[in-house]
Amino acid sequence: MSEIANTFTLDGQIVHFTPGQTILEAALEAGLYIPHLCFNPELKPHGSCKLCTVIVNGRSGSACTIKAMPGQEVQSSTPELDGRRRLQLQMIFVEGNHFCPGCEKSGNCKLQAVAYDLEMLNPHFPHFFPERPIDASHPDVMIDFNRCILCEQCVQTSRDVDGKNIFALAGRGMKSHLIINSPSGKLGDTDFALTDKAAHVCPVGAILEKRVGYAKPIGERIYDEKTIREQVAADAEGGL
Amino acid sequence: MDTQVSSQPQKVAKRKIRVATTSLSGCFGCHMSLLDIDERILQLIEVVEFDRSPITDIKHCGPCDIGLIEGSVCNSENVHVLREFRENCNVLIAFGACAVAGGLPAQRNHLDIGDALREVYCDRAGLGKQIPNDRELPLLLDKVHPINEVVRVDYFIPGCPPSGDTIWKFVTDLIAGHMPRLEHPLLKFD
Repeated sequence: MSEIANTFTLDGQIVHFTPGQTILEAALEAGLYIPHLCFNPELKPHGSCKLCTVIVNGRSGSACTIKAMPGQEVQSSTPELDGRRRLQLQMIFVEGNHFCPGCEKSGNCKLQAVAYDLEMLNPHFPHFFPERPIDASHPDVMIDFNRCILCEQCVQTSRDVDGKNIFALAGRGMKSHLIINSPSGKLGDTDFALTDKAAHVCPVGAILEKRVGYAKPIGERIYDEKTIREQVAADAEGGL
Repeated sequence: MDTQVSSQPQKVAKRKIRVATTSLSGCFGCHMSLLDIDERILQLIEVVEFDRSPITDIKHCGPCDIGLIEGSVCNSENVHVLREFRENCNVLIAFGACAVAGGLPAQRNHLDIGDALREVYCDRAGLGKQIPNDRELPLLLDKVHPINEVVRVDYFIPGCPPSGDTIWKFVTDLIAGHMPRLEHPLLKFD
């Protein structure tokens, strides 16, 4: 009996996978992009942003948590799924204060790059314009809570990689927010350091290294040069 | 074969498309960017004529095919101008980050408007102690709104400002009767 090939199809395209990989991991390794925000290949996926929702054999699920299996038929870039993703992005944009023209991260920001990819032209919903503070108490890193999308990558990285446990999410539902583990609640009163991996995982402009904001000018940044799709394809090629 | 087509009288010259533009609470950067289409403006005016616009200095908008709105809604005059445009324009386009999402003016939205005015006009050395209240001055709204929170908007061109190429692509698509589409590298939020 012949062995069953470790492949599935993504929008009709054959994708090879290593047993144990998730659909999203296999797709990214093959240079195929499925929109996502909270996923980081070095961290345990938790499927919270729901942007990578795909249809697997007729049922929807998060591509970052579903294991790849032989023969799966996965749909991702369909008008219906992209429409839902655009709505999710619009909700993220109006919930915080995402003012791209005034953000140091513009051009390197994953949220912005996904919005470009999905051709999100406006935020559609009424803005919340929430009042959120900025924490500049740390000498090397600042936190702008206005831009936090609650992806938890800093929480996971600080806890699991740096072993410091500096961040957490508090509150529930609409009141969920990022908190800092120090008596004053300020980053400057923790042992957080610029060398921590957690200082560099933020996909948006919430955790920023100080004094390097515009070292690379706007217009010459990652997603100014390439779309996030082209970047994923280039990364996969480089990884081979 | 039907030969009627050739026997029809020659077509009369096509009516030009009327376009109105305005800047509400904006910095006129988007209008500067509109002028960045450079010499292509000569192609544009073959098919387009401008109604109310900072380019023509016409003060009120008549019936138009396309209205381009720069800037967000931050005072009572902005509301009146925006409604005038909506009433008169078949297609209304928000162009630029302020019109699309509130932009820079909306960065005051988490502040109390009274506190902001006092801080600017009363609490600074060398200034008087009075908030300007001439009846000629439009009243500020307590919050700044993107234009789609006030009127129905047909299309959005994001960017701060959208580049001349972006505006050109969008407007020429629209005039040609295509569904306007912005993709990399024309689609930018910054």
